[in-house]
Amino acid sequence: MSKSREILLNPIFNDNPIALQILGICSALAVTTNLYPTLLMCIALTAVICLSNLVVSVIRNQIPTNVRMIVQITIIASLVVVVDELLKAYDYENSKTIGVFVALIVTNCIVMGRAEAFAMQNGPWLSFLDGLGNGLGYSLILIVVATIREFLGAGTLFGYEILVLTQNGGWYLGNNYMVLSSSSFLIIGLFIWLLRSWKTEQIEEPEYRVARNNLETKEAGTRV
Amino acid sequence: MNKNDTLVKTLFVGISLCLVCSVIISSAAVGLRDQQKYLKQKDQQSKILSSAGLLTNQKSIEELFSAIEERVVNLDTGEYEDSLDPKSFDGKKFEAEDYSRDPLTSIKLATDVDISSLKRRESFKKIYIYKEENEIKAIILPVRGLGLWGTLYGYLAIESDLNTIIGLEYFSHKETPGLGAEVDNPRWKSQWKGKNIYSSTGEIKIEVIKGLVDPESPEKKYQVDGLSGATITSRGVSNMLSFWLGELGYAKFLNRLKEEIERKESLNV
Repeated sequence: MSKSREILLNPIFNDNPIALQILGICSALAVTTNLYPTLLMCIALTAVICLSNLVVSVIRNQIPTNVRMIVQITIIASLVVVVDELLKAYDYENSKTIGVFVALIVTNCIVMGRAEAFAMQNGPWLSFLDGLGNGLGYSLILIVVATIREFLGAGTLFGYEILVLTQNGGWYLGNNYMVLSSSSFLIIGLFIWLLRSWKTEQIEEPEYRVARNNLETKEAGTRV
Repeated sequence: MNKNDTLVKTLFVGISLCLVCSVIISSAAVGLRDQQKYLKQKDQQSKILSSAGLLTNQKSIEELFSAIEERVVNLDTGEYEDSLDPKSFDGKKFEAEDYSRDPLTSIKLATDVDISSLKRRESFKKIYIYKEENEIKAIILPVRGLGLWGTLYGYLAIESDLNTIIGLEYFSHKETPGLGAEVDNPRWKSQWKGKNIYSSTGEIKIEVIKGLVDPESPEKKYQVDGLSGATITSRGVSNMLSFWLGELGYAKFLNRLKEEIERKESLNV
């Protein structure tokens, strides 16, 4: 596998920002009740992360190290404002629901993390690919979570009715847990479980082991 | 020391970055402003039309909305306020909310009457009237009030008897998707049509109840099903309607309008 291909594809399954690095969980919880706004959010984040990586990488040799984080945040924040304005100008209906989360991309750890960890050391093209790969890795998880949540919670996909809800005169009683954000934890957890049973090298070493309870052997010893 | 870490270089990078970023942001904001304003206005107009059941696919929103008459009402006197031009009245925020901050154009609400947690109520409201052959068919009143997470903004459309509801439509709210946000559910919204606001004695009876409306109940024409799992939002909707249809809301205006319509009818007979 060539290097650029590796940089692009690795973050999708092998080094997924959400499933392996456990970054950017917040927006994965918040926007995933419906597929369409989720998709918009994924596009917004991917655009921001690609461009921020690209810009940071282009000026990386000029950035003074003591203010590098401020420089990165300024670039990311400016891009986020532009994306937010574009969303408001072309999809007002959805910007009402996800606007606040788009603004919060600034604080998404993945974007800042890639700028600091990758773009500061690598050339513009590779940085752009790295941003794209991480954006896709993030999108993969969000789309999986949103599909499950929208289907079980509202019986629809992209707003099209698939299971007719009881409140609309059908038979399916929507799962209210799937509508609440905490259900994303469950789905992300299950996703990580599946991913790590497939790619066993991602399983982390336990940080410590519980010592065996050896009370019995001691007692046996005193008796002897 | 790194050659970039000098004071001059740091200042240079900082200032030029800020300049470039601010130019990009301001050009995005200015360049897209008209388009944003247009979409926002269109969204509100479509909600106004749909609350009165006038939204159809055959005609464009602009075309449909041109049939709607806009008037500014003084809530304290119940009269039309013709000194304020309804076209430019909208100002900056939703439905002249800015007027509610200015002590000259608003009143402070005491906590016992402030059932919708508005704090202040503006004295001027823009309302929308739909007429057919010079006869009022629908009156659309903007309403707002606290739900669970924030203020719900919407439009209540009533018939010319000033008692029968045509529809209730929200254009901005922060309620939980799937629970409180079901105020946007078409099936729930369709229940409002034909409900009555006032009892025969003039008391405000309309409310969102807890659970489902009993079809046998004599009160059913004043009741709408509660939103399951969203008690606070349901109560917020009830409170908002009681407030805006009450003495501090549109009651004075509606009473005056009722007299006007009755006078006109008696002349026609």
